[in-house]
Amino acid sequence: MPTTKADIIAQLQKDILLLQGHQPTLNNAAVDVGLGPLREAFPGGVFPTGHIHELISMSAEDAAATSGFLSGILGCLMQEGGICIWISTNRMIFPPALQHFGIAPDQVVFVDVSRDKDALWAMEEALKCNGLAAVVGELKEISFTASRRLQLAVEQSKVTGFVHRHQPRQLTSTTCVARWQITPLVSEQEERMPGPGFPSWQVALLKMRSGKPGTWRLTWYDNRFHTIREAITALPLTPLRKIG
Amino acid sequence: MPARFIAIWFRHLQTDWFTRRQPELREVPFVLAAPDHGRMKITAANIPAQAQGIDTGMAVADARALVPSLQVLDEVPGLSEKLLTALGHWCIRYTPVAAIDPPDGLILDISGCAHLWGGEIPYLEDIRSRLRDFGYDVRAAIADTIGAAWAVARYGRVTPVVPPYEQQAHLLPLPPAALRLDPEVLDRLHKLGLYQVGSFINMPRSALRRRFGQDLLQRLDQALGMEPEIRESLQRPEPYEERLPCLEPIMTATGITIALERLLEALCGRLQKEEKGLRNARLKCYRVDNEVQEVSIGTNRPSHNSRHLFKLFDQHISQIAPGLGIELFVLEASRVEAVSTAQEALWSRAGNLDDRMVAELIDRLTGKIGAGIVHRYLPDQHHWPERSFKQAPSLQESPDIAWRTDRPRPIRLLAEPALIEVSAPIPDYPPMLFRYKGELHRVKKADGPERIEREWWLETGAHRDYYCVEDEKGQRYWLFRLGHYDVDQPHQWFIHGFFA
Repeated sequence: MPTTKADIIAQLQKDILLLQGHQPTLNNAAVDVGLGPLREAFPGGVFPTGHIHELISMSAEDAAATSGFLSGILGCLMQEGGICIWISTNRMIFPPALQHFGIAPDQVVFVDVSRDKDALWAMEEALKCNGLAAVVGELKEISFTASRRLQLAVEQSKVTGFVHRHQPRQLTSTTCVARWQITPLVSEQEERMPGPGFPSWQVALLKMRSGKPGTWRLTWYDNRFHTIREAITALPLTPLRKIG
Repeated sequence: MPARFIAIWFRHLQTDWFTRRQPELREVPFVLAAPDHGRMKITAANIPAQAQGIDTGMAVADARALVPSLQVLDEVPGLSEKLLTALGHWCIRYTPVAAIDPPDGLILDISGCAHLWGGEIPYLEDIRSRLRDFGYDVRAAIADTIGAAWAVARYGRVTPVVPPYEQQAHLLPLPPAALRLDPEVLDRLHKLGLYQVGSFINMPRSALRRRFGQDLLQRLDQALGMEPEIRESLQRPEPYEERLPCLEPIMTATGITIALERLLEALCGRLQKEEKGLRNARLKCYRVDNEVQEVSIGTNRPSHNSRHLFKLFDQHISQIAPGLGIELFVLEASRVEAVSTAQEALWSRAGNLDDRMVAELIDRLTGKIGAGIVHRYLPDQHHWPERSFKQAPSLQESPDIAWRTDRPRPIRLLAEPALIEVSAPIPDYPPMLFRYKGELHRVKKADGPERIEREWWLETGAHRDYYCVEDEKGQRYWLFRLGHYDVDQPHQWFIHGFFA
């Protein structure tokens, strides 16, 4: 029985989420993707697996940062020997580097296609297969209809999908549960050690269905995400023009 | 371990069969005879008859003069082949590969079978005693080659089991007839006083060929195991093929679909029964105008799931041009492998690469978009970044060495290193600033160099000195300088990748 005020509010929030159409992730299927500080942004405090996430990158450097952040999440999803299908139209991923983010590169099956259309078809087929831990699609454009097809596939199979859009012509609205933009940050180095430090990113959650968008500064070491405590003068995020 | 063969010689195959059917003939001398040039000639004689000096090839009248009580029976044409075939099929209980060796022998390939009977000697004894119980007078021998087993079965006096690799020593004391030679060659050898294989086996091969022909050398090589000898097994492997003739020519996609479903069901039923799965299958459509339309599919792992295979074919049905109609469908599995039926997991959150569903997904992807789009990588023992991983031949292959994480490697790598303009202090410092695609980057932090030598046994060229650098915006790059610093030549710098 909820007695205190906080309990009542939490219960009400849960009920509202259900009314909003958010499918709660089953407790035994909840995967801690290690995004501790971002938890309050997610509906119910759980990273939404079994949905499509959209990641946007505008430059080659952003794409690398996005790939790193994505690999960090995948590493958590692919524990217990799960496998991932990585579909791309112009693949630049260097497989041995995935090991740095906790992914065994031999557990990733790369599918290289030449057209976005084929990539979307392959993604839809892959998302229908519930023997997978995650499906990643690297492509340029995705239409609302295409994203809806992916969403329908995911609702059956509960596979988590990631669409990494590199230099999209325009940011159309999609059915994806979240839209992320990751940009590199100046890395910190302890005790004025020389050389670049651990990978650091500014993680902007531009859109989160039933959640709270926001911006965080994260770094990756010891095989998990950490928040950057000290205030670094973060670069202003170049605003994306939304058309249509 | 070499291949092992057993040769069984039925010394009185036909007469033994008559004795089996008429036991009263056991002690009576009798012969089988067939008309030859207007007289009756003996083709087989039993042991009591042979004891009294009657042998094959004699005229019946001559034999009657020797033994007045001799019984003469008519020969049954084709009897020995029929008997040998039946006995060969009976011998399949001992080995799956049994072949007949007319007129009076059987050859069994027993590689890897004898241990089930507790060794070769009990194995041979078992075959021999059971055939003797039937009433056949047999001799048998085991050797590495068909030729040696044949020779020892018929002419051997020492032991019926020739140990592996020792057939030459056992062949030496045998007569030349043990080599399965023509009578003329045997006659010539005999005239020259070569009564044993050992007396001519070491003669120069050119001399043997000149005097006795190539056949002698071939038989010798076959007996010694230097030349392979192939016998056609009685039980031929059935090809995995299904046919569906049509009463009316089929011209529609629906018709083809129905035909394909039926063929797949029949084929998969058989594959399932034999615990096999197909890797490659081909559907041939024979058209009324004698044209043949073909579509083929491949799978990543053996499958006998007809629904999955149908899905793979379904993507290609539109490529079949029925023309005036198709009158015959043939579905053949060109590559079939054993399938291991694993126990289904009751509950698993994330599948693995052995998962049937994953394999079927990849089959669908390659079937639709084209082969060669699916890649999986394993670590390779090279320092050179482009060669530090290799393509995995299959989904099941697991890495034999660990992935290296001791060196920083960029998450995204350019397919080809791109030339950049840099200003760098000499000789071994990282660049202070560099220009890539028209944009100037000021290097704030840098690490390196990590020298990676070119593998001279694979290619020539200069080594690379890699630096990890970070610019003022926090963007991280992997740069390298090609070769040593040289005062006279401008050195080349490249960008090779982007760190996360």
